[in-house]
Amino acid sequence: MNTLRHLLIVLTAMIGFSVAAQQTPAPAQKGAITISGATAHIGNGNTIENATIVFENGIITAIGTSVITPKGTIINAAGKHLYPGFIAPAKSLGLIEVNAVRASNDQDEIGDMIPHIRSIIAYNAESKVVESMRPNGILIGQITPQGGTISGTSSIVQFDAWNWEDAAIKTDDGIHLHWPSTFRRGRWWAAEPRGYQPNKKYTEDVQQITSYLKESKAFGTGNEQPANESMKAMQGLFDGMKKLYLYADGEKEIIDAITLSMEAGIKEIVLIGGYQAYKIIPFLKQHNIPVLVQETHALPKSEDDDYDLAYKLPKLLVDGGLMVAIQNSSMSNFQTRNLPFYAGQLVGQGMDKEIALQLISGNTAKILGLDQYGTLETGKSATLFISEGDALDMMGNTLTRAFIDGRDISLQTHQTKLWKRYMDKYNQK
Amino acid sequence: MKKSILIVLTLCLSHVGISQEYFPKNDGVKETNALYTAFTNATLFVSPTQKINNATLLIKEGKVVATGKNISIPSNTVLIDLDGKFIYPSFIDLYTNFGVKKPERASGGGRSPQYSASREGFYWNDHIMPEKDAIDHFNYDTKKAKAMRQEGFGVVNTHSMDGIARGTGVLVALNDQGNEAMRIIDDASSQHFSFSKSVTSRQSYPGSLMGAMALLRQVYQDADWYNKGNIATKDRSLEALLRNKNKVSFFEAGNKTNNLRADKIGDQFGINYLIVGGGDEYEMIQQTKASNARYIIPLNFPDAYDVSNPYMANYISLGDMRAWNQAPTNPKILQDNGVPFALTTFKSKKPKDFSKDLLVAIAYGLDKTKALEALTTQPASMLQISDKVGTLEKGKYANFLITSGALFEEETTLYENWVQGTRNVINTMDQIDIRGSYNLALAGKSYALEISGEPDKPNASVSLGEAQYSTKLTYKDNWITLSFTDKQTLEVYRTTAIIPKNSMSFSGKAVLPDGKQTSFNANRNMGVAKEVSQEGKDIKDIKPKELREIVPITYPNVGFGNLTQPQQETLLFKNATVWTGEADGILKQTDVLVKDGKITKIGQNLSFKGATTIDATGKHLTAGVIDEHSHIAALSINEGGQNSSAEVTIEDVVDPEDINIYRNLAGGVTSIQILHGSANPIGGRSAILKLKWGEDAEGLLYDNSPKFIKFALGENVKQSNWESYSRFPQTRMGVEQLYVNYFNRAKAYDAIKKSGKPFRKDDEMETLSEILNGERFISCHSYVQSEINMLMKVAEKFNFRINTFTHILEGYKVADKMVAHGVGASTFSDWWAYKYEVNDAIPYNAAIMASQGVTVAINSDDGEMSRRLNQEAAKTIKYGAMSEEEAWKTVTINPAKLLHIDHRVGSIKLGKDADLVLWSGHPMSVYTKAEKTLIEGRTYFDIAQDKKKRDAIKAERNVLMTMMLNEKESGGKTRPPVKKGNKNFHCDTQF
Repeated sequence: MNTLRHLLIVLTAMIGFSVAAQQTPAPAQKGAITISGATAHIGNGNTIENATIVFENGIITAIGTSVITPKGTIINAAGKHLYPGFIAPAKSLGLIEVNAVRASNDQDEIGDMIPHIRSIIAYNAESKVVESMRPNGILIGQITPQGGTISGTSSIVQFDAWNWEDAAIKTDDGIHLHWPSTFRRGRWWAAEPRGYQPNKKYTEDVQQITSYLKESKAFGTGNEQPANESMKAMQGLFDGMKKLYLYADGEKEIIDAITLSMEAGIKEIVLIGGYQAYKIIPFLKQHNIPVLVQETHALPKSEDDDYDLAYKLPKLLVDGGLMVAIQNSSMSNFQTRNLPFYAGQLVGQGMDKEIALQLISGNTAKILGLDQYGTLETGKSATLFISEGDALDMMGNTLTRAFIDGRDISLQTHQTKLWKRYMDKYNQK
Repeated sequence: MKKSILIVLTLCLSHVGISQEYFPKNDGVKETNALYTAFTNATLFVSPTQKINNATLLIKEGKVVATGKNISIPSNTVLIDLDGKFIYPSFIDLYTNFGVKKPERASGGGRSPQYSASREGFYWNDHIMPEKDAIDHFNYDTKKAKAMRQEGFGVVNTHSMDGIARGTGVLVALNDQGNEAMRIIDDASSQHFSFSKSVTSRQSYPGSLMGAMALLRQVYQDADWYNKGNIATKDRSLEALLRNKNKVSFFEAGNKTNNLRADKIGDQFGINYLIVGGGDEYEMIQQTKASNARYIIPLNFPDAYDVSNPYMANYISLGDMRAWNQAPTNPKILQDNGVPFALTTFKSKKPKDFSKDLLVAIAYGLDKTKALEALTTQPASMLQISDKVGTLEKGKYANFLITSGALFEEETTLYENWVQGTRNVINTMDQIDIRGSYNLALAGKSYALEISGEPDKPNASVSLGEAQYSTKLTYKDNWITLSFTDKQTLEVYRTTAIIPKNSMSFSGKAVLPDGKQTSFNANRNMGVAKEVSQEGKDIKDIKPKELREIVPITYPNVGFGNLTQPQQETLLFKNATVWTGEADGILKQTDVLVKDGKITKIGQNLSFKGATTIDATGKHLTAGVIDEHSHIAALSINEGGQNSSAEVTIEDVVDPEDINIYRNLAGGVTSIQILHGSANPIGGRSAILKLKWGEDAEGLLYDNSPKFIKFALGENVKQSNWESYSRFPQTRMGVEQLYVNYFNRAKAYDAIKKSGKPFRKDDEMETLSEILNGERFISCHSYVQSEINMLMKVAEKFNFRINTFTHILEGYKVADKMVAHGVGASTFSDWWAYKYEVNDAIPYNAAIMASQGVTVAINSDDGEMSRRLNQEAAKTIKYGAMSEEEAWKTVTINPAKLLHIDHRVGSIKLGKDADLVLWSGHPMSVYTKAEKTLIEGRTYFDIAQDKKKRDAIKAERNVLMTMMLNEKESGGKTRPPVKKGNKNFHCDTQF
């Protein structure tokens, strides 16, 4: 790779944008924009070489080979790559800024069953961590409360906005339920061994959840109910307006969680985590359960597991015929910007690049119920970016332009500004 | 019966007579009585190896007078005929807390940890209590004594099992009849040590295993200094340690690697600890043997896991399952390797469990004589009490066992356990064998009664024609109690009778279902009797439960361990793209020859006779990845109990069994520096490892390792993010002054040392002096520019240089100053936002620093990221546009330079160690896998071998699970599944 050229491109791209202290959200798309010459990675498994894509008023109006007539501003992206904006599901981005600073933490409310707690109203559209997602191609996120059993209700936002209302793409889209574990860590301070031991309270914990689900359903069928916001929040689960995101990793937990949730009358279920999901693929397939599988860059959870179990886990599920996307389960939100590389890891495990891409774009949109996003197709939102190289590989993921709903967004961040500031300092000498 | 009571009384009197002859007596008249007791016609084991048939044991006043065949028996002798019975010396347990009051756990705990000692006039650390004498906390425990005697023990050594230095022990005979004056054989028999803190104090130091080791070393050094009269104040702890210098020192280590740690400390100070092991020594038998130490081994074989629920069973690790399978062979393996050992009940839940496990150990190959030695002569010799106990030679205590047959046989009954000449009946010796068929005449009916089973624990069945009764029988002290219930009517008949000595029948009282009392007769049917007793014998002859197959040990003994260590090979890589990391850059279609662990040829069209050729066409060959900042493979990371812990070293706590070693190899990592954590401004010394999976801790360490120490700045050392408000420093201002103070003191220390004057050896100051003298390098955890700048200034003031700033997330702001100082940087590729001080951390950091001439490495500080450092290096291309060659250096030659190991590793250069990785493609692509990872010409990871290991793990798990299921079905004890904790340390992992 020509390093100097690369550096020049990146620096130029940066300087081209505002030098203001904060990234100003881009205005609505005015004229038509055409990007031509790039390899378009559609996000549905296909590619178009030497593609031309036209978008107007934030919507893709045409995409294809050079037969498409360019319109409006033309961006020549020859030799470059075009991708749909990546989507980060189930993250607390914008709800917490600095993990260790309690004052910056709005991600975890007290209480065990609190579905009425809504992420959207606390979402900080001006978060520096959110901003740092964009130069890596992550343009959309499902903002999700953390902790407890039912942590609350998520909403889906795009990452270039003045405030949470502007940011919202899909408000109150799902409820997040963390299934209890059959094993728990030994409380070493209470003289138990440090490893994990069977959770004797598992059945009791599960019963609490199932009764809560039953009560919620009963609440919805009654007429003159007293105001109860948490029960009210649950109702979307029974009519399919909201999805239930079930966090479970063990075989037994997954089976319990899905079986009992379905029995409780919940319509749309998505499994999150799914460390042992590969052992029960027929079960998941039978019930048509999509999986937001944990990130590939994770250690095996058991000593005897294959060293690359996390690397290949999504592939095992895809090969089994499941609908799969990748989720980052790390407590550190900043890691979410590595989402494209989690997908890239799968290629080393033998997965086709375009299928790997689907796991952070097209499939994610499908699982989250985002009809307008995730793929580069006519009629969909022009939420996309141009990368110098292969965006799933660290060495190629270098964005030059990015658009959200056709808006030409800044790729500058707090971090790029510091880069420039200190390179300038040294260059002055 | 009467006789035995008489004997006990007699002996008691005689004891009182001897031991307390000068005591006045006011509750009677004072008379002495000195009778002999002779045990005749016995099979007598004077010692485990000296057996005399038809022998006599003559004792008097609690001691052995004579043993042998032709003993002249004095006239005033009580004779006990032991025809057909055996006599053995009774057992000794050296490691108990018998009768010693359990220390109380310190309560409370305020807003901050406790850093200072709770006591005055003692050593500065509460966990050092050599002055604690168990005798002051001792109360003879008759209940426990009885339980121990039932298993054959006569003497135990006991102490307070609390603290690092635990004080002295007490040797006590389990003689209920005597008094303290008699049974306390030695009130300060031993001294005791361990790696565990006292529960009685909350003083936070030491908070880690390496801290406990460092503390103990310093205690010995301080005792020496104290002994020379150099300490003006009184230290009752050190005085006690000096006073007890010649007592036998016990060290409770508790497992195979801690055994070696204890031994290492012992070697340093010329102490031969008796090491209390853990029962897992078989996994490191060579090292155990090489320690030349003597061991006290607990017997507590793990129960099988209950694997009947397959979901739960999957959580159990192969290593844990193997422990169940293999542990019973531990005593045999120790024996076969000539490791001297005694056995202890220490880890057994009950003394009875010890005896059960001992039979298991024997079934798995422990020799019976060895077992007896491990319970008699061996412990006696270890505690230097062979003149008193352990054998039945003249003049020793009359501590012996009378048994029905040879010891350690399932069917042998322990009849009596004599302690200091006091008889203790365990099972009645002369109980009559009542097994046989009887006609039971009761209330006008004649029932059939069958008695069978063991002579001392018989079973009975009662029938009347076709009708069977449910029957209960107890038989004790020659009294029989028999009850039987009509299964239809639930009517109960109860009988009881004494068994006459010379009759085949018995009669006694019966209670009928209506409550009326009457009598019954049971007349033995001679014809059938023989048959029944024959049947009883048959039961005995049934073979013991089949022994399970023992699965092989691997190195380390966990999943993915090696059956045999990889061998050094002569290897020729053909047609690789070779990333030299040197001026030659990236060479296409190039061959590399590896011989004798070194890179011996680089070129094209190479051939070498006898070399194994590896076709590397389309593949990339690089030097092994080096992680400057790792926390895998360690048992502890932080010693945060004080603001400086320069005295501790990670080298003491390397954990060669961490599966993350293997996972790192699978990511192409060959060398790591395990850094101490960042809990304090002056942390501990590093360990630099080659990841030779399968070697022990010593084998992993670099030979002639460069010396490093971890320093840390910022939020962690200020304790900003957790509850702690009392330890200096709490601000960055304080951090500077802490360094200045320590280096001032180190300078003074070094000056005295160099002057040749006597000085108090202080491991902390020794380490800091090494820094001042340029012999030890600092790798300093750092974040913001102010503190980075500060530390460079402090170093300059003391005329040394900081070697490496690790993390160094704001290094890009002071790169010019870093170049001027000459410090290198080891940083994350893209971490930030996890705490306040990383607000300005940027992924361009590495590239900016490199652009200004800083030697930059990318590190992990994380067991997951470390195995993908090749990808992390690639991020320097994305963030800041480093060239590919320079990017690759950030995880190979640059960290090698920072660690001062670049003359050996880090690049592909003639003569360097063959620490190589063969990659499936471009080494920094996310799509690439490591296919082979070599260290010094040995292949430690091979992707094809890995596949085989996976299959082997599956197969072995299945074998072991089946064994465990069988164990459960055949009535063996099981326990619920457990799962090993995922050990993933970071800088701020506390402990």
